[in-house]
Amino acid sequence: MRHILSVIVENEPGVLSRVAGLFSGRGFNIESLNVGPTLDPGVSLMTITTEGDELIIEQIIKQLRKLVTVIKVVDLTTLKAVQREMVLVKVSAEDSKRAEILRIVDIFRCKVVDVSVDELTIEITGDQEKITAIISLLQRFGIKEIARSGTVSLRRAMQLSS
Amino acid sequence: MEMTGAQILLECLKREGVEVVFGFPGGAVIDIYHELPNSPIKHILVRHEQGAIHAADGYARASGRVGVCLVTSGPGATNTVTGIATAYMDSIPVVILTGQVPTKLIGNDAFQEVDIVGITRPCTKHNYLVKDVRDLAHVLRQAFYLARSGRPGPVLVDLPKDVMQAKTAFNYPEDVSMRSYNPTYKPHLGQVRKVAQLIKKAERPLIYSGGGVISSKSHGELTWLARQLSIPVTSTLMGLGAFPGDDPLWLGMLGMHGTFTANMAVNNADLILAVGARFDDRVTGKVSAFAANATLVHIDIDPTSIQKNVSVQVPLVADCKQALAALKKELEPAALEQDWAVKHKGWLKQLKAWTKEHPLTYKESGAGISPQYVVEVIDQLTRGKAIVATEVGQNQMWAAQFLKITAPNKFLSSGGLGTMGYGFPAAIGAQMAFPDALVIDIAGDGSIQMNIQELATAVCHNLPVKIVILNNGYLGMVRQWQELFYQKNYCETCMEAQPDFVKLAEAYGAAGFRITEKKDVVPVLKKAFKLKKTVIVDVRVEREANVYPMVPAGASLTEMLLV
Repeated sequence: MRHILSVIVENEPGVLSRVAGLFSGRGFNIESLNVGPTLDPGVSLMTITTEGDELIIEQIIKQLRKLVTVIKVVDLTTLKAVQREMVLVKVSAEDSKRAEILRIVDIFRCKVVDVSVDELTIEITGDQEKITAIISLLQRFGIKEIARSGTVSLRRAMQLSS
Repeated sequence: MEMTGAQILLECLKREGVEVVFGFPGGAVIDIYHELPNSPIKHILVRHEQGAIHAADGYARASGRVGVCLVTSGPGATNTVTGIATAYMDSIPVVILTGQVPTKLIGNDAFQEVDIVGITRPCTKHNYLVKDVRDLAHVLRQAFYLARSGRPGPVLVDLPKDVMQAKTAFNYPEDVSMRSYNPTYKPHLGQVRKVAQLIKKAERPLIYSGGGVISSKSHGELTWLARQLSIPVTSTLMGLGAFPGDDPLWLGMLGMHGTFTANMAVNNADLILAVGARFDDRVTGKVSAFAANATLVHIDIDPTSIQKNVSVQVPLVADCKQALAALKKELEPAALEQDWAVKHKGWLKQLKAWTKEHPLTYKESGAGISPQYVVEVIDQLTRGKAIVATEVGQNQMWAAQFLKITAPNKFLSSGGLGTMGYGFPAAIGAQMAFPDALVIDIAGDGSIQMNIQELATAVCHNLPVKIVILNNGYLGMVRQWQELFYQKNYCETCMEAQPDFVKLAEAYGAAGFRITEKKDVVPVLKKAFKLKKTVIVDVRVEREANVYPMVPAGASLTEMLLV
């Protein structure tokens, strides 16, 4: 099962390498990894998405907690959480196809952020499902380049039980 | 008052209680060595940096204090990596100080530059590169704190040359606290009660103890629990000595070369208390068959050890000493209520029967001195008094099997990593910690040649370490596997060319003896152990003796090959 881990770390050199090394050294898989500063300049937030059965995820979380530079690890998969990924996609867009592409952009509430004679660059934000859907719709026009941010996620303020 | 980085370093070591540093100088650490004569800290000059790190490790294992080694940048640093990994696998508190090129040159591929922090990240508990002399005291404080607290381990501090030369005001941080590092020492009381109930109910309980019992100094609590409640004890290689090897409840080591009784006990127990052990593959054999009939309780300070290899029913994350003390408190009334030896009578009788059926033994083939006999003689001549280091391979397993280790910190062996060449420098470290103790390295002819250069170190510092080589002219353990599982294809395991170890000892200024006949074993070892100097005893043993019992790789513990 896919898990999203929110990892709060000391903002210091080598911390990314410690985390990445832990995954490679123990044969764990990183699907995506996002790192950014927080309001506290001494602290960074990593969002790691990874795959594995319960025992593997338990090991990953414990091993992360064992790293001296890791302050806190939360498995957001066990909580109600908002998750978003941002993707920039450069699509071939000849005149004849442009209207159709723009319609898809509109339906998915994406944004066109760059235009040229025969290309459009689209900014997509959403959860994994939405991104998979729009990319598969855009594929037939010809995707020339794609850049994905990896998932970022925050727990919801209200943890209503379903 | 302003001090240089080098002065601050030595002052910090002094305040951490460091008495001795094992090291080897070089360009990047000259500034430290320049200040060394002004410090009360003793320095042991080794002949290879691997010797320095193993000696620091042996010092730590024998004394329970943090071992320290000091080496230069580049090759000096990389030469310690095997020793760092050795200490990491066995959770030994060591601080490694490495020189580094000046900060301005870092990343330039400068002379003798290597990214040792990057290299050792996966084999240290933590490591640091100090880029500013103002951080130095604080980093060193943390390094020692990390090395000795929680689950102990090696911590490396990389020291650029310009940082050692720079000056700053010295402020020693009295306290050390890290928001991201808070080991769990206190046991959860609910879990403790659950364990106590399980112990009370168990009919066939067993304690499986590991190195954590020694590093947490909880052998007293463990021994109380075993004796008061009549629970038999087995242990890993790392745990030897935590429970007296001459106690009637002692079953011997478990695992690949464990005793028949210990391995049968694991398979037949209804409750196993794993204390400070980590279910290593050499211990469990086939994991799915391990402890098949038992409820497993696992006490360990490191949460990652729990549920890593084997699924346990009752985890208890805590310092072993505190957990066992809490259990003692919980069980004290019950201990007096009844005679537990009577309650466990059937179980203890069964264990005795297994020992009678297949005791730890060996056959004398007549083709030379049995190596096991040599170990038995060492045990008889030294019982309880010697600190014994081992190399790795057959010599190590025979030592583990045939020595009756009666106290903790007396058996020094590379368990997790299995590092050949560990024993002799580790013995040097132990001898530094206990100058008057009898320190013996039980070696093989293969292993001893991996750090034989340290003879010069031992002789130079008058360290009377005794090396007993069980010389069979083979890399014996690999040969044994080739014999049993690879159709006797002794490819590259026969070491035909070897030095004359007696002459070699003499060339270094040590004493050398050779034993070729059984009748000489006792008198020559007696004589050697009495000498106040470094000694090599080259014992020519039966060449193709094997270590038994043996659980073939991947088999379950009950599928032992026996004598």
